[in-house]
Amino acid sequence: MTAPAAAPPRSYRVIARVPEAPDTATIVLEPVRSALPPFAPGQFAMVYAFGVGDIPLSVSGIDGDRLTHTVRNVGAISAALHGLEAGATVGVRGPFGTGWELPSAAGRDLLVVAGGIGLAPLRPLVRAALAAPPEYGRPNVLIGSRTPRDLLYVPETRAWGRSARVLVTVDRPDDRWNGEVGVVTTLLDRADFDPTTAAAFICGPEPMIRATAAELVHRGTDPDRIAVSLERTMHCAIGHCGHCQLGPLLLCRDGPVVTWTAARALLLVREL
Amino acid sequence: MTPLQRGFLGALPPGHRDRLAAFARDVSIPAGTRIFEEGGSADRFWIIRSGGAALDVHVPGRRPAVVETLGEGDLLGWSWLFEPYRWHLGARARSTLLAAEFDAGRVRAACAQDPAFGLAVTHGVAAVIARRLAATRARLLDLYAPPGTDTGGTAG
Repeated sequence: MTAPAAAPPRSYRVIARVPEAPDTATIVLEPVRSALPPFAPGQFAMVYAFGVGDIPLSVSGIDGDRLTHTVRNVGAISAALHGLEAGATVGVRGPFGTGWELPSAAGRDLLVVAGGIGLAPLRPLVRAALAAPPEYGRPNVLIGSRTPRDLLYVPETRAWGRSARVLVTVDRPDDRWNGEVGVVTTLLDRADFDPTTAAAFICGPEPMIRATAAELVHRGTDPDRIAVSLERTMHCAIGHCGHCQLGPLLLCRDGPVVTWTAARALLLVREL
Repeated sequence: MTPLQRGFLGALPPGHRDRLAAFARDVSIPAGTRIFEEGGSADRFWIIRSGGAALDVHVPGRRPAVVETLGEGDLLGWSWLFEPYRWHLGARARSTLLAAEFDAGRVRAACAQDPAFGLAVTHGVAAVIARRLAATRARLLDLYAPPGTDTGGTAG
């Protein structure tokens, strides 16, 4: 389900704020009066910091009417949202865009690959998959991060390790880091999955998505079973303004989650 | 499939794989052991069966800076194939390492004697170097650094 065009924002109250990394925080929102229609993992909301503006934010958690978003402080609007404390109110529109098609992965090994804050939209997918383990094959979660301090949801990802193969690597270790160092694609060798039948879900910087998807295809994964979440500058969120156009796709409406079959050629075109 | 069948060795054609494997001897390297030093003589190399190793660079006055970690099936060491046969990086065992160890001089001699075998081994090592070069370039891009635009957190 997606939101109707030009629907007004609903008021949501911040009921919790969790610092995740030096520039990143997770906020949990609860509707002040009526809730928006249910969000699916992978979909996004337009979250409005009153008096500043709105930006698209993927849901990083879905709990009944409550929405969870993870915000990285990279500009005026995200700074305003990042700094919100419990009790503050925001405007929210949504749900928008396409979500992860988890049911289509039933019976297959799962491979979730996240780079940086790309773990945020994948978290609800992992939660849903681990809540229904008999439906899926071997679950794998591969996480790449810039530094150990930038890792998100550390207690939760550790807990995932009880029922999934969770592998973490960083680009720049500090003196205390004793884990893996290197790009996230190197973790594919350590994952426990059959590439010829697995379903993959990838989110992160586009060069990381391209490298990971290309490696999976090289190993025999069907591009139709590789789902990627793409980011462009989303503005209206309802497919009118064209800010998020990627070739024939309007990513706010046709994405952000698309198959690698649809994305592959588009990401190789310069200035698209 | 064993680590030796899928990693570096697994990428070699079967005949050449078996020939290279015949040079191997099994070793166990305790966790924390310095396996080789940057600039040292590259007279051996390893293919990791289990455990992990960290490649590092000597930084005066600091702990060695880890630049990459290796695990099951990975080739540990390629400087042995190219003159001046000196290690470009250092390596330390992150955990107890079970590995196939190779005498670099014997393998180089076999490569020189049998050009087809030498080409296969060189292609295999070159593929490893190419992957590590691509990974290094990707990290140079600092992809996870804060972007210059206000796009918050959608889709990454």
